[in-house]
Amino acid sequence: MYIQESIKTKYPPGDLALWIFICAELLVFAIFFAAYAFTRASNIELFNQYQTTLNTDLALLNTIALLTSSYFVVSAIISIKENKQKQSTRFLFLSIIGGFAFLIMKMAEYSHHMSEGINLTTNLFYMFYLSLTFFHFMHVILGIMVLIILWLNTRKGLYTADNHGGLVSGGAYWHMVDLVWLILFPLIYIMR
Amino acid sequence: MKYESQSVAKLYFIAAIGLFVGQIVFGLIMGLQYVIGDFMFPEIPFNVARMVHTNLLIVWLLFGFMGAAYYLVPEEAETELHSPMLAKLMFWVFLVAGALTILGYLLVPYATLAEMTGNHLLPTMGREFLEQPTITKIGIVIVALTFLYNIAFTVLKGRKTVITLILLLGLAGLAIFFLFSFYNPDNLVKDKYYWWFVVHLWVEGVWELIMASILAFVLIKTTGVDREIIEKWLYIIVAMALITGLIGTGHHFFWIGAPEYWLWWGSIFSALEPIPFFMMTVFAFNMVNKRRINHPNQPAVLWALGTAVMAFLGAGVWGFMHTLAPVNYYTHGTQITAAHGHMAFYGAYVMIVLAIISYAMPMMRGRKACNSAASQIVEMWSFWLMTIAMVFITLFLTGAGILQVWLQRFSDEPMSFMVVQDKIELFYWMREGAGVVFLIGLLLYVYSFFVGGEERTVEKKV
Repeated sequence: MYIQESIKTKYPPGDLALWIFICAELLVFAIFFAAYAFTRASNIELFNQYQTTLNTDLALLNTIALLTSSYFVVSAIISIKENKQKQSTRFLFLSIIGGFAFLIMKMAEYSHHMSEGINLTTNLFYMFYLSLTFFHFMHVILGIMVLIILWLNTRKGLYTADNHGGLVSGGAYWHMVDLVWLILFPLIYIMR
Repeated sequence: MKYESQSVAKLYFIAAIGLFVGQIVFGLIMGLQYVIGDFMFPEIPFNVARMVHTNLLIVWLLFGFMGAAYYLVPEEAETELHSPMLAKLMFWVFLVAGALTILGYLLVPYATLAEMTGNHLLPTMGREFLEQPTITKIGIVIVALTFLYNIAFTVLKGRKTVITLILLLGLAGLAIFFLFSFYNPDNLVKDKYYWWFVVHLWVEGVWELIMASILAFVLIKTTGVDREIIEKWLYIIVAMALITGLIGTGHHFFWIGAPEYWLWWGSIFSALEPIPFFMMTVFAFNMVNKRRINHPNQPAVLWALGTAVMAFLGAGVWGFMHTLAPVNYYTHGTQITAAHGHMAFYGAYVMIVLAIISYAMPMMRGRKACNSAASQIVEMWSFWLMTIAMVFITLFLTGAGILQVWLQRFSDEPMSFMVVQDKIELFYWMREGAGVVFLIGLLLYVYSFFVGGEERTVEKKV
């Protein structure tokens, strides 16, 4: 059933204007990632040393939180395609919970760093770590705001099997936030 | 013109064009002073000519933005302006205050002006572009707040559209960020921060919102494309302008004594500032291609397309050219900055104001939709003369800048500033020549308002 539906889905799904915005956002992150990679290449020892101070377990949990949240968004879209508004609303609510879980865990990480007196000027590694993750953090906040709007709209019954472009567009934005983290996590926390 | 009160915009537009002519005359005087150092000295020293040139630009653009708002907000909100009387009163207050300030610059030494206007009570004078006496600054705040009140109440009582919402956001930002000009700390680093909070957050932040909303209005009116499509574009352009523009302020913090991370933040985010301008270009051409009507006011469409292209080139490409910290290390404060400044201001803000004037003025002067064919031809000539002249001004200044960087900062045996200025004299002469062509274009623009004849036929469906 879902496969048949997805064949009918236009490409790209959602709004073209939003895809241009997503591409522009990805470009911002891409430049940041490239800057990180080049700087790391000439400061390998420094980066290796301070990468070990990061909490990889918490970051892994954050990855799971975002992936699960994205799964719920996909489920919400599948439900709406079957005209199951109530189910879709529930899935969106769960995806919002996933987003908040990420924020809480990330704030715990930040508070730990702050208690150790780490800031943007501590060293080059922390400058990149804090800049990149905080910029992504702001995107998670924006993404959650988008999800909340989608959740409210779905509750009001604004989306149907025939008309759910807004939901798909908003979902695409949330997947972008997710995708960026999937690059950020190995790049900053794991790769040595 | 749908609403009687829209006509208050006419006063603002006439003043804007008048001051624009003044700005260009002082630009030419200053351009000549680059090569003939004592030209008009001591009557108009270089620093005074520069101050008048840049201050007139800001003031006439503000007149243009206010005129644009007074014209488009009643039409968008589908209601008369909250108080046309207040709009007229503030016009005269602003004009008289502006004229007195310029006369002050020209007639008395700057230090005397500071003394006369009681600058010691609340020192705000002496910073580039914000040279206005404190009393003028207070006047600007009063005019801006009254204007905002008038516009906001018009929006509140009528239809709320994305265009008016974004325009209001831009205008509110303009007023709020100007308040930083009243804070004048002794610490030079802090002083620079707050100075850029006005200058950068205006031209690379909230002014872009004003530009995008005026452009959207002109495109809706001249192309007949659905409002929903235009509004959607507006959202993403504004989001991108804010993301890149706000953090992009960091490209001014490279060498002022700010922490090192600004080298990264400033470089990365400002490198992306061309994106919203690129989006605006795609947006404008897309809308014109999808047009449902052929609007008879061709110059208005030309200005709208022109502003999108020239803003992308001037603000986007020429800005990017020297925004990365390793490049800016060499180019900072050279003629490359001047090249960027000229094309960016012309492309983004001069042309958008001329676009709305071109669209609105014929109707405010009693025409149905546009001027006569003869008048439109003259106006389009003025468009091409001014635009091509500005391209050459930019290219000549870029040439001068590259040579300046090479001779003064990059070569094995760097030369002193004044020696290098002599070496690049030829570029300054050519820039002055292009400046004269620009003035001719501008005078033709003014003349186009006086060319009579039958009105072109009204819009046709595509």
